[in-house]
Amino acid sequence: MGRRVCMESVRGAPTIGGMAIDIDIAYVARLARIDLSDEELERIGRQLGGILEHAALVQQLPTEGVEPTSHPLPMVNAFRPDRVVPPLERDTALTQAPQAEDGYFRVPPTLEAE
Amino acid sequence: MSSPADLTLAEASAGLRGGKLSARELLEATFDRASLTEAELHAYLTIDHENARAAAAAADEAQANGLWVGPLHGIPVAIKDNMVTAALQTTAGSQILAGYVPPYDATAVTALKSAGAIIVGKTNLDEFAMGSSTENSGYGPSANPWDTTRVPGGSSGGSAAAVAAGSAMIALGSDTGGSIRQPASLCGVVGMKPTYGLVSRYGLIAFASSLDQIGPISRTVEDAAATLEVIAGHDPLDATSYRGEYPRYRSLLGEGVSGLRVGVVAELSGAGIHPEVLSAFRSAVDSLAEGGAIVSEVSLPSMEYALSAYYLIAPAECSANLARFDGVRYGLRVDGATVEEMTARTRAAGFGPEVTRRILLGTYALSAGYYDAFYGQAQKVRTLVIQDFTRAYEGVDVLVSPTSPITAFELGSRTEDPLSMYLVDVCTIPSNLAGTPGISVPVGIDGAGLPIGFQIMAPALGEEVLFRVAAEVERASAWNNRRPPMVEADHGV
Repeated sequence: MGRRVCMESVRGAPTIGGMAIDIDIAYVARLARIDLSDEELERIGRQLGGILEHAALVQQLPTEGVEPTSHPLPMVNAFRPDRVVPPLERDTALTQAPQAEDGYFRVPPTLEAE
Repeated sequence: MSSPADLTLAEASAGLRGGKLSARELLEATFDRASLTEAELHAYLTIDHENARAAAAAADEAQANGLWVGPLHGIPVAIKDNMVTAALQTTAGSQILAGYVPPYDATAVTALKSAGAIIVGKTNLDEFAMGSSTENSGYGPSANPWDTTRVPGGSSGGSAAAVAAGSAMIALGSDTGGSIRQPASLCGVVGMKPTYGLVSRYGLIAFASSLDQIGPISRTVEDAAATLEVIAGHDPLDATSYRGEYPRYRSLLGEGVSGLRVGVVAELSGAGIHPEVLSAFRSAVDSLAEGGAIVSEVSLPSMEYALSAYYLIAPAECSANLARFDGVRYGLRVDGATVEEMTARTRAAGFGPEVTRRILLGTYALSAGYYDAFYGQAQKVRTLVIQDFTRAYEGVDVLVSPTSPITAFELGSRTEDPLSMYLVDVCTIPSNLAGTPGISVPVGIDGAGLPIGFQIMAPALGEEVLFRVAAEVERASAWNNRRPPMVEADHGV
């Protein structure tokens, strides 16, 4: 299920191994926890198709044997002294809460009622 | 002299120290300038009159008692609104954080305050710093002081516009793909992105953590270097903070460029650059050669792919970072029957179109089946960009290019086509991927009266040579702290 935007139908641009990029935009929106209307999904799906077509240029560079970089600095395990310092006061942390009760953040049920 | 609001940091400091100027006078002149320009510019989201006045009074009192607080004593500074400020609303330009009042200061803000700076207020930006025009702000766009029908650039457009207009002497921006340098270029001011890790990101609301870096926007190269001296430093609260030496960044200003090797990046200074921008760029390169620099053309083949890699890596990181805006602990909440429904409704209501687009793009690029083809491949291209830079810096001391391929564009002219907006970052993005420093210095005006910026890039931790070259570009361009027409007539107090 879900709304699929096929880039081939949008721009005629197959990309990965000759296969058209296929975006199940409703599924992506669900993963990202953003509740969008059908119309918004349609529009964003089309825009992503165009952006991904440009982004797919990264596949044109030969990268055999190239290591991926996740971070610009060669840093591993930055430690600081394990000193105990007072945390943010609970009341202070709760001042910005949309809803708080008895010293806790209050939220709707995690599971739907049967 | 015109209004004290038009002084440089160096001039204002001298005036303050010599007793010719008080912090109060300087702040009031800054507020007056804001009153004159804000209706048209909307550079600020919040101006903190009360606390700024109290801080200026305290600065004057301290000085009367013989105490000079620090290098920014009495200097009015603006902060991009994606850096948290204790007890002062911080929105990141997003409706999802409307009314959010942080319980602490970002480390860079603490550093400014400790150095004696007066925080004037919080400047407008593209929502969560995602954009190149400030039009993606959830609170309305800012305008360019040189032509208010045009964008100030982005995402630090409010900071650049404020410094250009004189409603701040210095401002902090953040640069993830050019968000300090590009608006500085479009507004005719200096904007500098330091080496990744030099300025703590603690309290900077994260967009793309491996690319984000805080830096100064100012009217002169010297002021930018002086501000970096204040905000750079190791911070145990940021695990990516640099642990080595922090030199005095003004040490080589005025040394000239004789004997320095300057590489013109071929891929960023030809096709796709507007002819007037290119012409001003070439004149500035010629002036460096006249100053004794050894100029050569350098090819970095991966540059053409940097933009594509960036628009996979930055959205991927943003989709993870922005997961924290879930309606639970702070900011907006839209009710729902379950946590998931509440979260999804909150995020739909709180995020604007560009942020939504990038979160979905990043979520897709990281999702099963597409990870290797997009995100994984982009990370390898990032390696190639770094290798190209490393190779280039074996032969030259700095690399140069235009900062932006075009000058300030009309408000509304690129909002319908996200890709056309992304393309204006083509010259600035490579430095973010490599974590290396870059600076934009104004060098001229195009036929429409709009500023043109010149970009200098240096190897990691190459700030001293970066500022040295920047100071020579500034001197040779005879820009001479030129001000936008809208404030030229203001002779202030």
